[in-house]
Parts: sequence; structure tokens; C-alpha cells
Amino acid sequence: MSQIEVLTRRTFLGNLFSAGAFVLAARLLPEEAVGASSPSGAGSTGKAATAAWSPSVYLGIDTDGKVIIVTHRSEMGTGIRSVLPRVLADELEADWKRVKVEQAFGDAKYGNQNTDGSCSIRDFYDAMRQAGASAREMLERAAAEKWGVSAAECKAQNHQVVHTSGRKFGYGELAADAAKQTAPKKEDLKFKSPAEFRYIGKELPTIDVADLCAGKGTFGIDASMPGMVHASIERSPVYGGKLKSFDDKEARAVKGVQQTVVLPPLTPPYGFKPLGGVAVIANSTWAAMKGREKLKVEWDPGENAGYDSANYKQALLETVRKPQKAVRNIGDVDAEFAKGGKTHEAEYYVPHLSHAPMEPPAAVADFKDGKVVIHAATQNPQAVQETVATALGIDKKNVECHVTLLGGGFGRKSKPDYVAEAALLSKQVGKPVKVTWSREDDIRFDYFHAVAAMYLKAALDDKGKPTAWLQRSAFPSIGAMFNPANQTGQPFEMAMGWNNLPFDIPNHRAENGPAKAHVRIGWLRSVANIYHAYAVHSFADELAALANRDRVEYLLDILGQPRKVDIGARGRMADKFPLDTGRLGRVIELAAEKSGWANKKPAKGHALGIAAHWSFYSYIAAVVDVEVDDEGKVRIPRVDIAADVGTAVNPDRVKAQFEGASVFGASIALMGEITAAGGAIVESNFDTYSVARIHEAPIITNVHLVPSTQPPAGVGEPGVPPMLPAICNAIFAATGKRIRDLPISNHKLNA
Amino acid sequence: MTFHLIQELGIGCDRRKPLSCLGDRSQCPFDLNLVALFQENQTRSLPILRWSPTLSVSPEHMIDLKVNGARHQFDGDPEMPLLWYLRDELELTGTKYGCGEGLCGACTVHLNGSAVRSCQRSMESVGGKDIVTIEGLSERASHPLQQAWRQANVPQCGYCQSGQIMRAAALLKKQPRPTDADIDAAMKGNICRCGTYQRIREAIKAAAAGPIEVKK
Repeated sequence: MSQIEVLTRRTFLGNLFSAGAFVLAARLLPEEAVGASSPSGAGSTGKAATAAWSPSVYLGIDTDGKVIIVTHRSEMGTGIRSVLPRVLADELEADWKRVKVEQAFGDAKYGNQNTDGSCSIRDFYDAMRQAGASAREMLERAAAEKWGVSAAECKAQNHQVVHTSGRKFGYGELAADAAKQTAPKKEDLKFKSPAEFRYIGKELPTIDVADLCAGKGTFGIDASMPGMVHASIERSPVYGGKLKSFDDKEARAVKGVQQTVVLPPLTPPYGFKPLGGVAVIANSTWAAMKGREKLKVEWDPGENAGYDSANYKQALLETVRKPQKAVRNIGDVDAEFAKGGKTHEAEYYVPHLSHAPMEPPAAVADFKDGKVVIHAATQNPQAVQETVATALGIDKKNVECHVTLLGGGFGRKSKPDYVAEAALLSKQVGKPVKVTWSREDDIRFDYFHAVAAMYLKAALDDKGKPTAWLQRSAFPSIGAMFNPANQTGQPFEMAMGWNNLPFDIPNHRAENGPAKAHVRIGWLRSVANIYHAYAVHSFADELAALANRDRVEYLLDILGQPRKVDIGARGRMADKFPLDTGRLGRVIELAAEKSGWANKKPAKGHALGIAAHWSFYSYIAAVVDVEVDDEGKVRIPRVDIAADVGTAVNPDRVKAQFEGASVFGASIALMGEITAAGGAIVESNFDTYSVARIHEAPIITNVHLVPSTQPPAGVGEPGVPPMLPAICNAIFAATGKRIRDLPISNHKLNA
Repeated sequence: MTFHLIQELGIGCDRRKPLSCLGDRSQCPFDLNLVALFQENQTRSLPILRWSPTLSVSPEHMIDLKVNGARHQFDGDPEMPLLWYLRDELELTGTKYGCGEGLCGACTVHLNGSAVRSCQRSMESVGGKDIVTIEGLSERASHPLQQAWRQANVPQCGYCQSGQIMRAAALLKKQPRPTDADIDAAMKGNICRCGTYQRIREAIKAAAAGPIEVKK
């Protein structure tokens, strides 16, 4: 259902429009956008019921023809704040050169603003088209009335309505009359055919590219307010630790330091709450950082002081060696194993990872008279409103959150703990406060990607094909952040590549065991798919190797006949986006074809590896070309990614996301590792937490999009998961060494 | 010979007018730390040695420097990294903080023509120096690299791109036609978490091969 409302200009972007402007709020309730399979469903914003997913799309047309479209999603590099408005502009038949995009504040009226879960296009594509088509039809009707002709004789074309006689009105000339039209019903809307698209499916630069090449974009760390002071915060090195005592005499003696402020300790459930600690307030970022170094602080480390990654790894492996709760069960794996035929088993491990966006968390807040104004790099301005309101004890209506550009997000910046720090400090200090996390803060106090262990076992027939497939995982759940009682994988985590194995195997059971979180756990680009895909697609490769069969042929064989797989996700997108194994098979074939798979047989030190994974409703296959030199050094000269993402709204940005995911996935596989010792995170900056640099990343990633008119699915995340197993499968083909625990840098490949 | 050495060290010396800086210290193209280095390298007789480090620091600890062609004076904490001076005091926020340890390259600027990490240069070390940030790299973002960057749609989040462009600009000044190995060597200090390396490489090559000559 949808409801289109014509607003007075004062209710929306009032100052931007003249009297007589046509301002429209298209309130749309897409029934498929109800429920919560995205990780944020577990969050404090998890009350994401119908209302939260009901977008209102705001647009206005001024009497001079200027079109303003409000973009309600955060820009962290996907191009979303350009691409979604362009979908609307396309249906509106607007001239993009005359469109201005306005970034929305945090406000529930826009529907869900959590730019996360690769869902911006798939949740709002239809809404944008409906809003554009509604306004277009109202403009056409307004023109018809002015001319006294039938609306059927009038057609919107590139910012004008043209009559069959050749007469024309510009959109500006029609704005006032269009505003008087009754909004059309959704069922009566006429949409453009793909052949008529002006912007959808075309490669247009983003609205920010020129600024970003000139050093002009404003990120959270660049935001400022008059009279602003700077804060740097010392936090407990152990998660949940409490402040015992501190001495700030030397800190306050640092030139530029104004005062120190104690932030209240963290209490469970931790959610998005700030960690607490001692803040140094100064007149510059540098003085605040320098003052903080002079703080002498003693902590009571609390219950997580014993957290140690080496021991925890062993505990997780112990867990997956024993039967655990089934999350999917087909046939009877135990009976098949009991037959005593050939079996194969393997264990896999993925360590904690840190998001490490290039811009560390940063926000500015100004608290005054019970209200707070915020400028922040946030993926989720409504979670900012809720978190800040709770921290300050005010109504969330009194939290005005402006969204800046984000210097990367990857899931980190949908957790607004750092914004609440700025708000709390501003209230204490009585001035606008900017909080800038150092890189060390960012890496040591992240919401870490969960460490995970997986155990897999298969029974094999005489062709090496699995007749039974058992898989067990254990990892600390994101759910524990919001309720410490959540000590097993939550449904949304199981739905990420664990309870929807696409292979056609008569006996299959997926299990998940308990694990306690000792650090903050959060979603990182592609979330639980990272470790699930690594284990499942490494194991499939192991079985193919045992059978001595070509990997592509083997994968297509175990995928079986094209069919729909129960995806284990309840509600939201299940009907619109079934898991179609035929589409998965097609990307495997495409990646094989484009990479020249058939003609590139593995050689010593040089081979291809393949993996295909379905996530965020997209089908991705990656073929990775790996070289391992005599010293065991790994190079990735080339990656071929075949992707079926449904309609690619901006193919260039879609390709860019997969190019980036190729690097991100390679970074995780090759060198990504966060460890804890004595409860504290060992790594702290890019010298200890390595991320892929230009000479380590895949040199070329070719992205091959499957032409499609299917609904657009996710693109930001799904390129990551297949990279890990594809790289390790290639290393096996090149060296005979099977990497079962990451990162690869912990292994000697030359022996 | 001497000025050849200076070039080798990557210092932006104008070979046509090697001594023109002597009259005005703000015009001096040389890095004072490297003057000391030259002394060690038996270059004592050179006129450049008349440049004393004390020239750039006034008795009141006032530090003079040039940023994007404009002269500035700084009398704050001499230990403050240039990065925070540029960002917090001059509000030139195109130069980014990424690590504070010289590990990521997000804060790369040109110091007397060479690419340096501004987080690793204290204010006291940049007295008398000529600093160029992304904002001052070119008129209306017209540097061949900026054009190539836009053409290739390099940025994703864009946060690291100022540093990437500044590093690449210094590379092209030194090696107008860089090989892949040159690009790796020059750019490996600049992290991009979005993973735009492929397009960075493409854009550097496009700018290097482009019709617009890279000005030295």
C-alpha cells in the first residue's frame, strides 16, 4: 500500500522552496520490508516492525524547476546517496543536472535509515520508483488541465511535460498546479519499462566524486561547531572493566588541556552504550591526545580479564567436536555415517577481525537546553537518536542528528557508542565537543567480528559425492550485545550461510553450539557469512580434491538440479528472493568461463581456486588466481567474480563494490587477525593489525554481472564471503597445503 | 652534482634557480634536516649551508611556514604534528587522520615538493617549509591525477583519497611514466580499506599517459 501526501512547503525543507513549490511525501508500506533478518534486528533498533520499515520518500519541485530529493541513507562508499535518488529521478523523468540531493537527518519518518545489511536498494528501490512515478503522473495531469486535454495525450520527458501537439511545460511551470492534484493510488501507477530507463542501469558518477578528489567532502572527523572543544577518552583495556582511580595532574598540565571528565561505567546489556572512561578535554585534537597519554588510570578489569585467544580457540574447537543444537535437519546424517562407508571430516577457524574503517569513529555534539545537535559519521542516525536520548535521559525527538560522509563503515558505524560519548561530554562541559577515536582506540575497542570454529563431516559415495553432510559452528553471537543470555547463534546469523546449504544432499544437518562473548561482538561486512562460507566452501573443495574431480564440475554436480532452497530466513524477503540454485550454478559457470578455468590447470606454485556463495540475496562466484613463490609468499594477480545481483541499478558502483570486496576478503584471508591476551586486545594500529595494501591486494578483479531484470539484491557485502575459501582452495591446488585456520600469514607455505 | 643529489633525495629543488631562495627563507625549497645530511656528505662549501635552522624559528618560538602558497605563523605546541595544525587550526580538513603513526598515508602532504606523512612532522620541524595539501594541489582540482581519479571513479568512501592523490602526485613528479613496480613501491604506504587499489593504479597510469604534461 502507499499513501502520497502533498505537503505545505513549510513542513519539509521549508527554506529551500518558494511559495508554489510542489512538495511531496510518498509514504509507502512495502509489505515485504517487514520483519528483521538483518543483523540490526538484534539491536536496540530491533523494534524494526512495520512502522520502522515504512519509508516516506520526500521530494520537491520548485517553481524554477529545481528538484530536491531527500536521501535518507548514509554514504560510506557504496554510492547509495547518489544512486537511490537517481532511481526516483528516473521515474520522475527529471533531468539529473537539475536535481539536488539533500541528506536526511535521523528521523523515523524516513523509515529505516540503518545503512547496513546491503539493503538500501532492495528495500527502497520500489519506494523510490513509486514516489517518482506518482509525482510524474501529477505533473502530467496538471499539464493536461492547463491545456484542457486528456492526460493520456501528455507525457513527461526530461523535465518537461509534452503534449502530442508538441506544446510543452517545464516542471517548474507545473509545480503549483501539480501540488493541487490528488495523489494517484499505487495500483494505478504506471512505471517505466527497463528500455525507457534514463539512469537505472547506467554508469553515472556519484554526486560526491568531485569533492572527494579535491579534499572537500565533509566526514564526521571534519565536522565542527563554533566554540567546539576536543576530547580523547581513555577506556578500560578489558571489556566491562571499571575505573578504580585516576590521576590527571600531568594531563591537565599539558598546554591546551582544559579539564578531564569521567564517563559513567558500562552496564549490561551493553548494546550501543558508550564504554565509559576518562575523557581529556582540550582546545585541539592533539592536545587532547597528548593530555590523555599523561593520564594515570587504574582499572578493575572485571570478569573478562581471563580472555585469551589461544585458549578460546581450543574451547570453540572442543564445542564443535561434540553434538550441538540442530538448526536444520534433512534426512538422517547419523544413520548414513553409521553405515561405515567412506567419510571425511575437517575443522576450520576464523579469528576475530576489526572493521578499521579509514576514518576512525568521530562525532561532534552540542547539548544545550535539553536538546542536542549532532554531526556524525553514522550508518544509523535513528540509533544515534535512541542511544543518545537514553544516555542523556531526554526524548529522542530532542536529538537532531546530521549525517556526514563516512570514511568507511563496514558495520562499525551503525553502532553509535562514540556519538553518545560526544553528547555526554558536551552536557558535562557545556560546549560543543568533538570526540575523535585514535586508530588504537578503533582497533582495541571495536565491536569485533566474531571468532568462529566450524566442524564438518561428510559421507561419500563411490564418485566422491556426499550422501551425508554434517556441519557444526560455534561463535560468540552478536545477540549477546543486546541480551547476555544469547550465547548461541541467532536466527539471522544462522541464515547467513549456515541453515541454507545450497547443495543437494539427501542427509544434512547443521548445528550450532554455545559460546560466550568476552569482547563486544558486531557485524562486519557480510557478517556470519565470512566464517560459514569459508568452512562450507573449503570443505566442498576438500571433497572434490578427495574425489580427484574438477572443482567446477564437482560443484555443479553437488548443487544438483535447479531448485529453490529453504533459506531459513523468516518473513522479510523470502518470497521475493528465493535461493535459486540454478542462478548459483550460472555464476559458477560464468566465473569459470571468464577466468579461463578449463584451460588453466593447476601447476606447482600457481593455480586457480573457486567458491560460490549466496548472501544478501545475491549469487556470487569467485575464481582466484594465486601464485605462491619459493619463499611461501602469496600473490593474487587476478580475480574473476561473477555476480547475479538482480537489476544492477548503477553497474559501475556495483562493480566497484565487488572490486572492493575482493580486496576486503583477501585482506581477511591473508592477514586479518585480532587476538586477546589477559582480556585486552593485543593489536592496536596498522603495524599490528594488517590490512591489505596495494602490493598485497588482488591486482585485477574482473567483475562479470549477469544481465537481469530480477529485483535488485545486495551488493555491498556478498562479494566478501567467497573470497576466503576461493583463495585457500587455490593455495591448496598450488601447494597441496590446506589452510583450515586463518589468516594465511600464520602458515608456512614454502616447506 | 649537489642539486642532482637533492633531486635524488626527493627534495623539490628548482634546478633552474638553485640559489633564488637565499633572499627569502619562506621561498627556500630545502628541507633543513637534509641540510645537516648534506654536511655529513661533504657538501660544506655549498651556499645552501648558510641556511641555519634557527632562521625559521623566531626568538618567541614563532614558527613560520607556507601552506598552499600562503604564509602562516604558529606559536603553539612545537611538538604538535603538522596534521593537526592543518586540520584543527587552518581547517584544511582534506588531509586526513588515519593512524597517527605514519602507517597508512591518509595524512600525506607535500613538504617542499616531497610527499610526507603530516602526522610524523612536528610543527618545529616544518618551520620555513613550503607545505602543499590536497586543497592546494591544483586550481579547481585540475591536476591530471585528479582528472584521472574522477574519470576512473576511483573513490568509494573517499577518505584516503587525498593522501593517495598527494602520494601519486609526488610519484609522477619523480617518475612521469611509472611502472607497476614503481606504483607499488610508491603507493604501498597508503591504505585504502574500501579496496580501490585497482582503480588507483589505473588512474595513475591514465594520468601518466595522458595528454596533459605533469608539471614539475
